[in-house]
Amino acid sequence: MLKKLLVVFAAMTMPSLVMAQPANPAPAPLTKEVAAPVVATPVAATTAADAAAPAEAAPKSMDGSLPGYTPMRPNYEDSVGMPKPKEVDFQEQFTENGQYAKWINNAILLPIITIISLFVLGLLLWVIVRFNRRANPVPSKTTHNTFIEVVWTLVPVLILLGIAYPSLDLLAKQFKPAPADAVTIKATGYQWYWGYTYPDHGGFEVISNMLKEEDEVGKGERFRTENDGPKLLAVDNRMVVPAGVPLRIQTTAADVIHAFAVPSLWFKLDAVPGRLNEKSITITKPGVYFGQCSELCGARHAFMPLVVEALPPAQFAAWVKAQGGSMPGEEKPAPAAPAATATPNETVAAPAVAATN
Amino acid sequence: MTTIAATGTDLHAHDHHDADHKPGFFARWFMSTNHKDIGTLYLIFAIFAGIVGGAISGLMRMELAAPGIQYLQGWASIMAGKDASLDEAYHMWNVLITAHGLIMVFFMVMPAIIGGFGNWFVPLMIGAPDMAFPRMNNVSFWLTVVAFIMLLGSSFVPGGTGLGAGTGWTVYAPLSTSGSVGPAVDMAIFSLHLAGAASILGAINFITTIFNMRAPGMTLHKMPLFVWSVLVTAFLLLLALPVLAAAITMLLVDRNFGGAFFDASAGGDPVLYQHLFWFFGHPEVYIMILPGFGIISQIVATFSRKPVFGYLGMAYAMVAIGVVGFVVWAHHMFTTGMSVDMKMYFTAATMVIAVPTGIKIFSWIATMWGGSVSFKTPMVWAMGFIFMFTVGGVTGVVLANGGLDDNLHDTYYVVAHFHYVLSLGAVFSLFAGFYYWFGKMSGRHLNEFLGHLHFWVFFVGVNVLFFPMHFLGNSGMPRRYPDYPEAFAYWNGVASFGYAIMAVGVLIFFVNVIWSLVAGRRAEDNYWGEGATTLEWTLTSPPPYHQFETLPVIK
Repeated sequence: MLKKLLVVFAAMTMPSLVMAQPANPAPAPLTKEVAAPVVATPVAATTAADAAAPAEAAPKSMDGSLPGYTPMRPNYEDSVGMPKPKEVDFQEQFTENGQYAKWINNAILLPIITIISLFVLGLLLWVIVRFNRRANPVPSKTTHNTFIEVVWTLVPVLILLGIAYPSLDLLAKQFKPAPADAVTIKATGYQWYWGYTYPDHGGFEVISNMLKEEDEVGKGERFRTENDGPKLLAVDNRMVVPAGVPLRIQTTAADVIHAFAVPSLWFKLDAVPGRLNEKSITITKPGVYFGQCSELCGARHAFMPLVVEALPPAQFAAWVKAQGGSMPGEEKPAPAAPAATATPNETVAAPAVAATN
Repeated sequence: MTTIAATGTDLHAHDHHDADHKPGFFARWFMSTNHKDIGTLYLIFAIFAGIVGGAISGLMRMELAAPGIQYLQGWASIMAGKDASLDEAYHMWNVLITAHGLIMVFFMVMPAIIGGFGNWFVPLMIGAPDMAFPRMNNVSFWLTVVAFIMLLGSSFVPGGTGLGAGTGWTVYAPLSTSGSVGPAVDMAIFSLHLAGAASILGAINFITTIFNMRAPGMTLHKMPLFVWSVLVTAFLLLLALPVLAAAITMLLVDRNFGGAFFDASAGGDPVLYQHLFWFFGHPEVYIMILPGFGIISQIVATFSRKPVFGYLGMAYAMVAIGVVGFVVWAHHMFTTGMSVDMKMYFTAATMVIAVPTGIKIFSWIATMWGGSVSFKTPMVWAMGFIFMFTVGGVTGVVLANGGLDDNLHDTYYVVAHFHYVLSLGAVFSLFAGFYYWFGKMSGRHLNEFLGHLHFWVFFVGVNVLFFPMHFLGNSGMPRRYPDYPEAFAYWNGVASFGYAIMAVGVLIFFVNVIWSLVAGRRAEDNYWGEGATTLEWTLTSPPPYHQFETLPVIK
């Protein structure tokens, strides 16, 4: 089963590593012809060792805006897509499966585990009151009671069965494969930033670095403003996606394992070098959704946030244009043309296996 | 449970002839073959390691008390002896979390609960004069010491971005291979090799001792539950640790000899490492908690003045936990991109463990039910254990759901969960055992008032420390972060305050131990009275240097 989870070599995005191991026979064709075109920006070709100088994306405006696109201001008032101070509950969910999962926890699991914990506490308190040495000087000699032993074995089994049903149902829903026309985004984890490739839209890659504070950057460099998002969560270039449309999010990594995680979308998927993981979601509302790398990846693990900006489809198309990409069915723009033909076939074919298993 | 036929006084008379012939100081403590001395060494070692590991978590809670980087850069500069960069400071954070995890698991909980209490009380409880392989016992201990020195030493050599191994206690490839240049990770791996070898030798020793050296009449089904728990634990160690040894040896090959076990670009698979690690790692968590279950069973029976309720159910629940614990490992890997079938299997299999665990919780309560319970310090700790372990256990049931874990994985919810089962589970059982047996081991009573005070301060402290972590995890704060967005500030501040309360509790504990060693009341043979029925209570406090030269006979 695991072998069928088709492993697409991350070497596709790591030409340097492929070249470093020329003698190694690989099961899949690892030609440089396949590998090279995916690298849409010169930045992606940098190796992990280059991490001391974080990558800069192509557009250089001070607020991240492009012709036809202005970054959406996050909804601070309702804490949409971001943690809320003093919060005890999950973040508000913006996918159907996320809402279902949150409901399973809050309506089924949380009450059950609270009742069990209080039940045990109650029994212990009753022991303290009723069976202390003063109240009950002579201990009973009972050491067996088959009936009660069967009860406290079977009742937990029944409770677990009750939990298992919605839980497995949720898993089945989460693993529903994306429809063929879903929008594919490939997120690549680097030490320590993210790259988002859009294979259906010309194969361009958006490089996304955390924005520093005003007092941390040199003159003329871009710094975080309230429009970008909260401190440590805001990035220069967001992963822009259409809202209300199924998304096929694929993750991989170029150096070490990272994890793509957005709490308000109930989404967490490891980005593993040499693997292409895939999960499908549909974001229900336009908005800005913040997340943070969730697998220890070295020194700046805490400083490579992810920001997903969901836009109405028309605005998404405008953003794609601004990136120099094209919508599916349109003429492919000249520069990225070789990549656009090679990449979608690879990426769509590969995870179809994973998704149906 | 066990009924003792032989009378204590007879045994003492025999023992005292030549039993107290002790070797000189160096031979006694550095070349020891006596299970009680080795147990004492293990306990002292574990307390020392616990202070180091606890101090490291203090540094972590200091840094996390408020958003922003407050102290890390200063600490990294002290370690490096020069002005450390911000990246070196962040690396220092990863070194701290790695060291805290490894020290608490391999050098505090395991040496204390297996090496310390196991060595001390398994032979006493089964009526054996010593462990089966006394010299191997000594090797186990000193390997653990060397392993600890290796781990501490690794913090002073380069490990990639800065000094020390910053891979997390899980040592995931490729962060631990191509991602960490320098000798620090190699040293940490060697340290794990040595600690693992020590534990395997210990496991062989316990299995042999328990199977071959029980007193006449003590069948397996008459064995005290603590001995049962150590037996099951020893099998877990024996089966799980070689897998860890293999996995980290493969890391060494990848790191130093051009290997590619976990290098995807050369045909390896980073996820394979995780499967190997967690095939060890999941049984490892039961290795830490099962002996605790055993200790709690002894204490609950003693202070309720009743035999343990459902003795056979209790013993075989531990066997079941041990067996099922080997087939649930990938629930630590729900987000690695596994197939839906695997995720469903590991969800269901993990939930199954809740059943034998529930049997244990309810059997402890049933033991107290109808009993004549006195709430001495060990019993208070045991009751705290039962409640806190329940809380940690039920959040485990939440995390078992693969679909929910998509959000909770690698967040503070997980940190809260495993600290409830370990810091409030395993550590509570350690304190319970310490208060229960300290008089037997040292010959002096601990102070009851200070013991209760320690319990209440510690209990409040760890709950203030760890309960808010559930909230942080729910709202999305990832683990292993030295800094966090402003929104997480409130509960992090509360947690750090809880640490301070807990630290006061630990201070009370040390005051109590020192006071008792200096001026504590002399302990009688069986100072807990008629509820304490196992064989160690037939001996003097402390027991003679060599006990049971005439074997007791169990009816």
